[in-house]
Amino acid sequence: MSAFAQAASAEWVKIRSVRSTVVTLGLFAVVAVGLSWLIARGFSPGGPETDAVLPVFFALLTGQLVLVTFAVATVGSEFSTGTIRASLAAVPSRGRLYAAKMTAVGLTIAAAALVVEAAVFGLVRLVIGDGAAPLDEWWTIQALLGGWIHLTLLSVFTAAVAVMLRSTVLTLSILLPVLFLGSQGLGNIDTIRPVAQYLPDQVGMVIMHLTVPGDPRFGRDYGPWEGIAILVLWTAAALIGGWIAMRRRDA
Amino acid sequence: MIEVHNLTKRYRGGTAVDDLTFTVEPGRVTGFLGPNGAGKSTTIRMILGLDRPTAGTALIGGKPYSALHRPLTAVGALLEASALHPTRTAREHLRWLARSNGLGERRIAEVLEETGMSAAASKRAHTLSLGMKQRLGVAAALLGDPEVLILDEPVNGLDPEGVIWIRNLAKRLAGEGRTVLVSSHLMSEMALTAAHLVVIGRGRLLADLPTEEFVSANDGSNLEEAFMRLTGASVEFRSGGPR
Repeated sequence: MSAFAQAASAEWVKIRSVRSTVVTLGLFAVVAVGLSWLIARGFSPGGPETDAVLPVFFALLTGQLVLVTFAVATVGSEFSTGTIRASLAAVPSRGRLYAAKMTAVGLTIAAAALVVEAAVFGLVRLVIGDGAAPLDEWWTIQALLGGWIHLTLLSVFTAAVAVMLRSTVLTLSILLPVLFLGSQGLGNIDTIRPVAQYLPDQVGMVIMHLTVPGDPRFGRDYGPWEGIAILVLWTAAALIGGWIAMRRRDA
Repeated sequence: MIEVHNLTKRYRGGTAVDDLTFTVEPGRVTGFLGPNGAGKSTTIRMILGLDRPTAGTALIGGKPYSALHRPLTAVGALLEASALHPTRTAREHLRWLARSNGLGERRIAEVLEETGMSAAASKRAHTLSLGMKQRLGVAAALLGDPEVLILDEPVNGLDPEGVIWIRNLAKRLAGEGRTVLVSSHLMSEMALTAAHLVVIGRGRLLADLPTEEFVSANDGSNLEEAFMRLTGASVEFRSGGPR
């Protein structure tokens, strides 16, 4: 096994061996699935066809707050417990340790998001019945793909911010209000929208059909994949910031 | 062997380690002594590549720590024993360390056995006593069967049984030909454990001599008092009285 594979394997052991992983990922599933069922039950057809995915993404975006907590706590606990020193003594290459940690966290989140999104989508289809989003239409596939990428990258973004801030509490205190801003729709207030629409939690809204370009109230100045591209940039910037913080600072 | 050359660490507020040079030889326990705040932990962190020196070098077997391939097989370190994830079990703690350096499951069982932690291996860290955490820390240090061992304040907070266990362990490891550096702020403890002493105060080297020499030079007087005379001028904060 290469040195990177060994480091990534160690990070995976760290993730699966703590209780908070089971708790947060389990809660993410429960919140997302439960909420999607409640929202789907109240769904009334008659609007645009794409409204059929609203219950899916409303539920996932609320569950996302728990997913973010998992990402941030996984990274932040290394600093709060002091195990970061043992980690760096075992893997002195800081770039390697950081890459291994982000890979393990990212893959775990990608897997959890994929499973939960599939479950939520399946449940919503079942509840809505006729008029449910068709899986053989590109817009449905694109929305699901975009939602999965959004959940994964936004969580990786927050994990990288946690490396920069070296604290679970501080990171969540800063990021959760920002993420709430989006989920509560405050990002659509006229005066802050021109800027807020580019925040990392907002740029996935178009591809998930939670808003459309050109809409007078909730519209965006970018298309679905442009939004995802902006999220990729945000994530890359945060990863670079985390890497610089890892390299520079004393442990 | 550990070689420290002109090692210096300055922070914005002052100097923690000041032009420190010493060598830790294999085959004997070297006591790394100094009052709290003397710079022992900072020195150890620089040896392990955790803190970046302002100047100077620290080499292990002729190499900087960062250049070691599978470092746990070269150096075992016990830092803060309480630095554990509270809900991770002792065995899983050793498992991630083992994985990171390509060490097998067998070593985990061996060091658990060696440190008397086999029965507590499935306990989560927050349920372990301080003494057991210390044993787990030693188990982690021994995992890669390293030639060099660095134990930072290993007896802090331990009960007498734990203190004796650490003392005998350090001597046994040195007896096997390993390089063993044990830091402490207790002279009396080091007099019983270490064959050689490196004493620092305010980040500066104060003494580098065989323990026997220190003891005979202060024959008859209390060792802790002799240690305080040596380091007295370098204690930054003293309780009571003017500085």
